[in-house]
Amino acid sequence: MKKNKLGVLPAVPYIVWMAIFVVVPLILVVFYAFTNEAGGFTLANFSQMGSYTKVFARSFSLSAVATAICLLIGYPIAYVLSKETPMFQRVAMMLIMLPMWINFLLRTYAWMSILENTGLLNTLFDKIGLFDLINWIGLHLASDPGKYVPIEHFNMINTQGAVVLGMVYNYLPFMIMPIHSVIVKIDRSMLEAARDLGADSKTTFRKVIFPLSLPGVLSGVTMVFVPSVSTFILSRLLGGGTTMLLGDLIEMQFMGGAYNPHLGSAISLIMMLVVMVCMSIMNHFGDGEDTAVML
Amino acid sequence: MSEKLINLENIHKDYGGKTVLDNLNLYVRDKEFVTLLGPSGCGKTTTLRIIGGFETPSAGVVYFDGKNINDVPPNKRPINTVFQNYALFNHLNVYDNIAFGLRIQKVRESEIKDRVNRMLKLVSLPDYGQRSIDRLSGGEKQRIAIARALVNHPRVLLLDEPLAALDLKLRKEMQRELKAIQQQVGITFVFVTHDQEEALTMSDTIVVMNKGRIQQIGTPVDIYNEPKNAFVANFIGESNIVPGVMHRDKLVSFCGRTFDCLDGGFAPDEPVDVVVRPEDFEMVPPEEGQLTGTVRSLLFMGVHYEIMVETEQFTWTVHSINRADVGDRVGLYLTPDDIHIMHRS
Amino acid sequence: MKPKNGKGGRLLTFLLFFFLYAPILVLIVFSFNSTKSRTVWTGFTFDWYVKLFNNDAILSALYTTLLVSVLAAVLATVAGTFAAVGIFNMKRRNRELMLQVNNIPVVNADIITGVSLCILFVFLGKMLGFELGFGTLLIAHVTFNIPYVILSVLPKLRQLDNNLFEAAQDLGCSWMQAFFKVILPEIWPGVTSGLLMAFTLSIDDFVISYFTAGSVETLSMRIYAMTKKRISPEINAISTILFLTILLLLVVINVREVRQEKKAAGKN
Repeated sequence: MKKNKLGVLPAVPYIVWMAIFVVVPLILVVFYAFTNEAGGFTLANFSQMGSYTKVFARSFSLSAVATAICLLIGYPIAYVLSKETPMFQRVAMMLIMLPMWINFLLRTYAWMSILENTGLLNTLFDKIGLFDLINWIGLHLASDPGKYVPIEHFNMINTQGAVVLGMVYNYLPFMIMPIHSVIVKIDRSMLEAARDLGADSKTTFRKVIFPLSLPGVLSGVTMVFVPSVSTFILSRLLGGGTTMLLGDLIEMQFMGGAYNPHLGSAISLIMMLVVMVCMSIMNHFGDGEDTAVML
Repeated sequence: MSEKLINLENIHKDYGGKTVLDNLNLYVRDKEFVTLLGPSGCGKTTTLRIIGGFETPSAGVVYFDGKNINDVPPNKRPINTVFQNYALFNHLNVYDNIAFGLRIQKVRESEIKDRVNRMLKLVSLPDYGQRSIDRLSGGEKQRIAIARALVNHPRVLLLDEPLAALDLKLRKEMQRELKAIQQQVGITFVFVTHDQEEALTMSDTIVVMNKGRIQQIGTPVDIYNEPKNAFVANFIGESNIVPGVMHRDKLVSFCGRTFDCLDGGFAPDEPVDVVVRPEDFEMVPPEEGQLTGTVRSLLFMGVHYEIMVETEQFTWTVHSINRADVGDRVGLYLTPDDIHIMHRS
Repeated sequence: MKPKNGKGGRLLTFLLFFFLYAPILVLIVFSFNSTKSRTVWTGFTFDWYVKLFNNDAILSALYTTLLVSVLAAVLATVAGTFAAVGIFNMKRRNRELMLQVNNIPVVNADIITGVSLCILFVFLGKMLGFELGFGTLLIAHVTFNIPYVILSVLPKLRQLDNNLFEAAQDLGCSWMQAFFKVILPEIWPGVTSGLLMAFTLSIDDFVISYFTAGSVETLSMRIYAMTKKRISPEINAISTILFLTILLLLVVINVREVRQEKKAAGKN
């Protein structure tokens, strides 16, 4: 990149702004994480986290499952789309992104009315007689028909499954987009070269397309995993508050009854480290300057 | 083995109703260096891609070694390609790029190592195996692309404007080297270019194409000296083309004069196009010339001057190592072998 | 050469769109339902829209959201455009460092951006004696908007002919004149798409606002408050309106882009 002689000066206000409102707050988080209310140095905030290992484990495992599902759905979609005409791809990508611009809360709220015990899905199952069928089979199979409790609905809301579904629904586009944009950028002559050198279409995919699309996969994984692991609304709306996640834990330390910004900062710090690891993996594989321009 | 290694018969290619190739008939002999030459959009790359198997003809048959290969996919053809922008795999290093095809054929690693190293030597980059692709210069990428194709021992190597991205000096160097490689490995090369000079220096046979049709097939000397029509005459080097009348064999008149020539086989008094190469004129004093005219402009071109000489009927482009000044009266002299006759197109 | 998708591919695409849009469709359909039921259709009504526009809390939240979005988008675009020019002219190492910092709010989890700003504002508030409110909300929005503006302007600067600025100066322009008359028109598409992106991000944001707005309420925060209680179809009505607005915006942006591409293609 060459210079156009406009100078570095125009960036000064921005640098000051970013220093005060991005860098300093992060330093404050670190500072808070290592201090107590009196301002003295302490590691208590981290040792306190021990009692929340379940939350950590749940957050990471649910997010990992959601990320894996997004990858399993998103990669084939991105690949299939990349073979369509440019116009089809443009419209399809717009349609995939469109729900992202609808308020996150509203999207999640829609799932509440679908998944509820008296929700649309259960009503639908009831209408088509699914529960009658299950109960009929259940009654016949039960050893003691008198004790058989007929099922009236599937318990979908307020489960971990619902939280994962919420994550997949909300963040799937973040998986499809980077993978798609990497696959379509693969030079077509590269695929022809592979064919030319004797590879059939399977081998071409395995040896050329997939390795070349890995940067997209990595940024997709990051873009799904980071918001999943830090969400604090999904668990509340779809998990019924029973499946507390890291985001909820942090939120509680700042806005909730358990007010303790020092503990909150410590948890945030851990989460930030995870994000930084993700980021450095991404930077390692992508061209640092382009990776973030996925929106 | 048949004389015709590759044979294209009555090939048509349409893209959404637009004809790209129109009844193309062409054969390539074994171990021959054939160049498809023409302006962009003439169908030369499409022809190459049909041979490679990347396009299927809308009609017509492609024979390889006497067998119809229309339905054989590119990965099953004993043909390899050097792509225009090289199409090297960025995620693999130089060694793995060259080994790609061999690994697909499940060749033993020890043999792969041998063959890859031999190829690296052939393209004069012996120690480049472990380099990553994005650290290579254009010329180096070019050589690696050639090595990656040749390592598979193809019967035919297709080259799609492989030198277009290189600067002039490097291009000249690669032209010589490519020719040397072809003679060394002894296989057929089918080369696509829009650069007539490149075609003339490298080829055994040149196929001149325009608008999806073959204009002329011949050796570089034939094509240069005996262009079949005005398009070929103009595309290969510079030409003066004037209308004339062929009175009988070896006698033609144009610009109000009658000249002896070497061509024959025309109808009596057939209207024809007459081609004279600028460098074939001899500039003489006005009284000695068969044609006389006035110098209208003069450009120094390095080895020669390019002089525009206006006669009564036509303004001729003349290349001469002698200088003449604007406004001078000069004579132009032609010997019979300087005059080429073409059917009117 | 390019293998076409079989029926499987099309089916997959169709299922994806069904999965993505079924919930939205549910939201929209039930915004016209005559009772509060979210699952049983009882008849058509516009009541919820009428109620929505008589709901002062929602209207004031909407006003706050629009105000903060417009202000933040404009401020971020002005600052971000100048910043992009400056970053573009930095030495490679500094530029990469700046871009790393720039990427922090983009890649970082929203909750951390929100929480860290919250700590800063509370800390400064105690020192300087102010409370979290519209001001802090605006600062937070500008902060997370600027990086996106920079990311959309920088590519345009890279496409620029590097002699353009010198040519303008050669013809007698001052720095300011050269910037406004020559550079800005060239990078304008990047600037406007940055502005639009900033605006949309601001409208959509919940998490960061939640931690920085204090007693002020944005629309997202209002919706959040409503989802906590027994839910009213007014939410569905807002969703429908927002959905259609954003659909319109996206169509405009995309049509613009297609036109620009066609124009660019025409030039070549």
